[in-house]
Amino acid sequence: MKSMAELIHAHPFLAGLPEPYIATVAGCARNVVFEAGSYIIREGHSATEFHLLRDGHVALELYSPRGGSKVLQTLGPGDILGASWLVPPYRWTSDGRALDRVHAFAFDAVCLRGKCEADPAMGYALMQRFLPVLMQRMSAARLQAMDMFGAQA
Amino acid sequence: MSAAVTQLAPVPLRVAAVVRETADSVTLTLARPDGSAVGPGAPGQFNMLYPFGIGEAAISLSSDSAETLVHTVRGVGAVSEALGRLRPGDWVGVRGPFGAGWPLEAARGRDIVLVAGGIGLAPLRSVIHAVLRDRAAFGRLFVAYGARTPRERLYVAELEDWQARSDIDIAVTVDAGDAHWSGRVGFVTALLANAPIDPARCIVMACGPEVMMRAAARQMLGRGVPIENVYVSLERNMKCAAGLCGHCQVGPLFMCKDGPVFPFGRVQDLLGVREI
Ligand SMILES: Cc1cc2nc3c(=O)[nH]c(=O)nc-3n(C[C@H](O)[C@H](O)[C@H](O)COP(=O)(O)OP(=O)(O)OC[C@H]3O[C@@H](n4cnc5c(N)ncnc54)[C@H](O)[C@@H]3O)c2cc1C
Repeated sequence: MKSMAELIHAHPFLAGLPEPYIATVAGCARNVVFEAGSYIIREGHSATEFHLLRDGHVALELYSPRGGSKVLQTLGPGDILGASWLVPPYRWTSDGRALDRVHAFAFDAVCLRGKCEADPAMGYALMQRFLPVLMQRMSAARLQAMDMFGAQA
Repeated sequence: MSAAVTQLAPVPLRVAAVVRETADSVTLTLARPDGSAVGPGAPGQFNMLYPFGIGEAAISLSSDSAETLVHTVRGVGAVSEALGRLRPGDWVGVRGPFGAGWPLEAARGRDIVLVAGGIGLAPLRSVIHAVLRDRAAFGRLFVAYGARTPRERLYVAELEDWQARSDIDIAVTVDAGDAHWSGRVGFVTALLANAPIDPARCIVMACGPEVMMRAAARQMLGRGVPIENVYVSLERNMKCAAGLCGHCQVGPLFMCKDGPVFPFGRVQDLLGVREI
């Protein structure tokens, strides 16, 4: 059977990270499965874990009493789910609902933050992976908001 | 009639079929008789379509059929809306085909990534048809298609066929879903982050709004695709389509005859530049 370190190293988000770092972060990881329709994260709840998606899809949703739940974005295999665990006050800013059966690695946020603080070089290496993903998401969200394919775009 | 004449005088062709794709888009199939002065064209090329008495619009070929000319038109103004009102049996004037098409020769033996936004799927559909027709000549085919909403997707039945095939990998996303949509939501570039491609051996072709093409191209460069393997289609307003009038000139380039398909490196500084 493959070790957790080997498994997480195969995920696109961590591929290429130096072995010692992989071994360190693997200590905070576990395998999780979510059934279709279940909520993986809930807006306003404490961001105690973050997920690397292996299989299946997740809808990030916002609920408003008048409009109901609206899907902002979907995520799929290879994506990271959630960054709120990185930033105080560590609360999720949207719901995350499994659209089909989701297999993921869940990382304990307190454990991972602790390891990043203890080894800032590793923390920086991880941030160098988070930041481009978050930048890409922000730029995609802007273009989505511009209604690029609408008649007036 | 010589090629030069067909470039300046429209040839009447009969509308053989009309398919309504969305509330504002139709696909027209025009009969192209044997020996017609209008050639079949190549993927990425376009014709000037003339609904009589109204005006002309540049419309890309949206299939690689040799027997017919297939065009998907989105109604945005007088000419394109008149094209959308055509019925089977009607006649339409056609000049063309014009322009430099998609680099299908250069793509042989390589993986292909197509990035389509909105009506931009139309010119890339002709690439998909050409690749599927000669499937063994190309590597993997990955298509990222972004539409505004589920109802504004083009070629819905064909998208489902493609999704069921194993020799084409197609991901579809919409900017805004609805109650019936269980597919992906988000901008088309989000589909590229984990696209299953080998950056060193793939060729990228993007078609859609310029801001989208720029974002897609940059993202693929970020994944390590060499800039010379990234192509975009610049669909600026044009008039004569033959490189004579200068209407579509941007910097040193005539969109109609040097393009509409360009290597990204040649036009990256022109994308988003206002029309003159
Ligand atoms: C090489 C090329 C290939 C094209 N292929 C297709 C195609 O396959 N299907 C399709 O539906 N359309 C295509 N177009 C766009 C199409 O030519 C225009 O939508 C059409 O000419 C608009 O004419 P109109 O009289 O209907 O509208 P107009 O009244 O001329 O314009 C209506 C609105 O659309 C805008 N507009 C016009 N032309 C363009 C353009 N080229 N790009 C961006 N905005 C424009 C105008 O600024 C205006 O806001 C292509 C354009 C080019 C240059």
